Amino acid sequence: MPDESLTSHPAHALTNLLRRGKCSPLQATTAYLDRIQALNPKLQALISVDEERAKNRASALLRADAERLPLYGVPVIVKANICTEGFEANCGSNILSGFHPPYHATVVERLERAGAVVLGMANMDEFAFGSSCETSCKGPTRNPWDLDRIPGGSSGGSAAAIAADLGAAALGSDTGGSIRQPAAMCSVVGLKPTYGRVSRYGLIAFASSLDQIGPLTKDVEDSALFMEVIAGLDSHDSTSADVKVPTYRAALRRPIGGMTVGVPKEYFIGGLDPEVERAMKQALAALKGLGVQFKDVSLPHTEYAVPTYYIAATAEASSNLARFDGVRYGRRVPSGNLQEMFENTRGEGFGAEAKRRIILGTYVLSRGYYDAYYAKALKVRTLIRQDFEKVFETCRAIVTPTAPTPAFRLGEKLDDPLSMYLSDIFTISVNLAGVPALSLPCGFTQAGLPIGMQLIAPAFGEETLFHLGSAYEQATDWHLRKPAAVAS
Amino acid sequence: MSAFETVIGLEVHLQLATRTKIFCGCPTLFGSSPNSQTCPVCLGLPGVLPVLNRRTLESGLKVALALNCRIQPALKFHRKNYFYPDLPKGFQISQYDLPLSFEGVLEVPAAAEAPAFAVRIHRAHLEEDAGKLVHKEGSRASLVDYNRAGIPLLEIVTEPDMRTPEEAYRCLQTLKHTLQYLDVSDCDMEKGSLRCDANISLRPAGAKELGVKTEIKNLNSFKHVRNALAYEIRRQQEALSSGGKVIQETRLWDDVKGVTLLMRSKEFAHDYRYFPEPDLVPFVLQSEEIQAVRRTLPELPPARTRRFMEQYGLSSYDAGRLTSEKQLADYFESAVQAGGVPKATANWIQGDLLAACRERNVEILDLKVPAAHLAQLVLLVEHQTVSSRMAKDLLKAMMKTGEAPEPLVKRLGMSQVTDSGTLQAAAQTVVQGNPKAVSDYRAGKRQAIKFLVGQLMARTKGQANPELAHRILESVLKEGA
Amino acid sequence: MAFEESEVRYVAALARLSLTDEEIHRFSTQLKQILSYVDKLNQLKTDDISPTSHGIPMQNVFRKDEVIPSLDVEKALSNAPAREGPFFLVPRVIEDA
Repeated sequence: MPDESLTSHPAHALTNLLRRGKCSPLQATTAYLDRIQALNPKLQALISVDEERAKNRASALLRADAERLPLYGVPVIVKANICTEGFEANCGSNILSGFHPPYHATVVERLERAGAVVLGMANMDEFAFGSSCETSCKGPTRNPWDLDRIPGGSSGGSAAAIAADLGAAALGSDTGGSIRQPAAMCSVVGLKPTYGRVSRYGLIAFASSLDQIGPLTKDVEDSALFMEVIAGLDSHDSTSADVKVPTYRAALRRPIGGMTVGVPKEYFIGGLDPEVERAMKQALAALKGLGVQFKDVSLPHTEYAVPTYYIAATAEASSNLARFDGVRYGRRVPSGNLQEMFENTRGEGFGAEAKRRIILGTYVLSRGYYDAYYAKALKVRTLIRQDFEKVFETCRAIVTPTAPTPAFRLGEKLDDPLSMYLSDIFTISVNLAGVPALSLPCGFTQAGLPIGMQLIAPAFGEETLFHLGSAYEQATDWHLRKPAAVAS
Repeated sequence: MSAFETVIGLEVHLQLATRTKIFCGCPTLFGSSPNSQTCPVCLGLPGVLPVLNRRTLESGLKVALALNCRIQPALKFHRKNYFYPDLPKGFQISQYDLPLSFEGVLEVPAAAEAPAFAVRIHRAHLEEDAGKLVHKEGSRASLVDYNRAGIPLLEIVTEPDMRTPEEAYRCLQTLKHTLQYLDVSDCDMEKGSLRCDANISLRPAGAKELGVKTEIKNLNSFKHVRNALAYEIRRQQEALSSGGKVIQETRLWDDVKGVTLLMRSKEFAHDYRYFPEPDLVPFVLQSEEIQAVRRTLPELPPARTRRFMEQYGLSSYDAGRLTSEKQLADYFESAVQAGGVPKATANWIQGDLLAACRERNVEILDLKVPAAHLAQLVLLVEHQTVSSRMAKDLLKAMMKTGEAPEPLVKRLGMSQVTDSGTLQAAAQTVVQGNPKAVSDYRAGKRQAIKFLVGQLMARTKGQANPELAHRILESVLKEGA
Repeated sequence: MAFEESEVRYVAALARLSLTDEEIHRFSTQLKQILSYVDKLNQLKTDDISPTSHGIPMQNVFRKDEVIPSLDVEKALSNAPAREGPFFLVPRVIEDA
């Protein structure tokens, strides 16, 4: 029987227990591995687990100085697009099946140096292309709150794993909402950091100018703790920011009275699920009770975010995916002819959504269309960024729903790409503007499906998100609920 | 006379000599074992990111300034997207609309019988090199080595300002000489450190619009460039004169057959989908930084030519020839500093020394004649210790043994005979022994004295000072008359 | 905006992607729909707007010209689908005249 007394803790509580010697890192790791064995077959949240590696690392920690390791003995899960030496980093794609990176992503190196133990790799939409975690070549991940529903995506495996206590925390990546939307749909805390805050070195790129790695955790404190470990300048990433990393946990549990928070009207109009709307109203009322002052604001270019995103992101993706040509790594469809080898390797290796995005992205960059699409999108991106800058002149943060609806059913939108794209409507602008945003649990539908609230701050304003988020979390108990479907 | 005018432009890829690659820390040593100088970044493994090597930008900037280019205040890198097995990421990081530098000019000095001219530089930009493909003979497979992938290149593109293959040749030579002054590349064509493609088109003489061009690749030496262009002119001329057309295409020079041949296309559609490289940031060059690099530039050929004319009183041709190559000019100046008379030193270098270089196919520094030795040689002639004819033999001996000229002169007994008593006696003997020549001379055939001087030189084993020998013979002949 | 099957074919060729006729037909239909949605960007006048290619503006990030040890050759080739000795192996590349 899995030892729930260990696996239900958030990372900060677990590491304290370990540090005080209440149990050993090996016991904690084993408890999680047992739970994965029992529950992962139902969820398919993880696509590879290395028990031996995890146990060896956990055992080795006995000789370490626990006090100096902020994540001492914390078992973690890493999204399958973040290179971790020893694991297959296949991005949920056939074309990368068997790819074992000969190097660690910077974030993984930092996690391990901080005492974390990597248990395995989380399932994801192929190359992070999706909002439902259904396009993985390994099959869909299921939502622990309702096994017939999607967990959100693309970091659906990471979110489902943390919701189901298969790891103390997970890393995901967010290009247009891929951490926040599944966090909302699985009732965990997900942070998309400021662009450049966390090194992208070792993150298999989707859209380089939008991608960020961030934590998916059981509470806001863990989010702050993980950011203290993974954030900061990296000499391997030219776009990583040379900005000091604050002690984020200092922002926790401080009063928020008098803080001005903007409520953008564009996020509370038609298309919003009534139950999401109701939950948001309650959440705003709770924040108001804590002394937050709301201000009606406008982000006028919101409706242009999705089209801008689908041009900019697919263009970059089409180029980022060009390296998967069967020459140096991954799967090759053999042929005596080079061109055929390229075309068949890619034609058979990529799934439908990846192909669709490669086609769209190649098209918008191709001769005669660049100015009409790509150049145009970069300009509209400026307008979207300026929208946020303007609001942040008078507000410390912005609050919105994370997703317009709760988790939908498996297969519901798989053949309707446009409607799938629109499920990211509330998260995409944040990536285009480069600012940080936090999704945290703020309620459930009557059917018991989680609902998330999104807090957005100016660039490098993660402390504000933790400050505000932890205050809300202290006043509510949504984050403490556990899904019945995976209760043992 | 041809009714067509030839228009030639050049594209040169220069490998910048840095310790590490342009975007990663792998070393750049030539000739290392296959794939031993690779890392996740230059192999294009999933997840990696480029970080620009500062020295590549500094070296590129040096060249750009030496070519009198304007410098881009905020430069960017772009991705050039195409598929090829030697291209690890499926795109090359290059520059597009915001290159490092643009609008420069290269002054090509006058040659023996050709005037100086200028070639405008269209642009010079930084990019990364691709890997190397090895084609297995008789096999259906190719092998890939990525050691070269990510080596820093500077692509220099000229305007189509050349009108003959010879001009293209001279432009390339001047460019190479200028680059050698900067010490940013070994400029070795055999190692691929300097590569050249040529664009060539013909147009009716007097026409303004450019004709359809072909691009010629696989030019492994400047001579190939000249020969390939000459061939291509004939080929295009024949096509146009017979009412045909030139097709825009890439052709490969086959040096064995002496022809250009159509190259099978790398990419069936040239649609490179350039867009700004999102993994790199823009690079903003402050004018102080540019000035600082400008201050590190050595004195370049045009300025050095002017100084050689003023300081050493050389002709513009001599000064231009000597300063065209840095090591030649440095050698000249060392010799002059060691006491060599400038004009004579210049003559020795351009005459016997360069002839010896050509003969042996070596550089001047390989001749075993240090500049100080040349200076001594010049002084020995100046002080009439040896005759200029003897000096030529002496130089040959110096090149053979590497010895300084003074001890050699002693050891070989080469001192010039300037003792008039000795010569007087020898002249008497010559006059007595050659009555026919003597009577010819006295009968008014002044030329006959040359024969007698020759006889005198032979008697003294060539050690007589020829002028002195001439004078003494004249006086002996007068006396006897 | 039209996205005809011929354009799907052209773009797929550029992207070295073999597609079935069924895929070409389906992508043409779907991408037509997506592009007509994307066309709403043309409602905005952006002539005087400078482009944003990075979320957070940065400049002049360099590394020093210092050697970092390369990968061991075996490690470099460890993921190769085909190799021969220290080389990656590919179907014959034709690049001659």
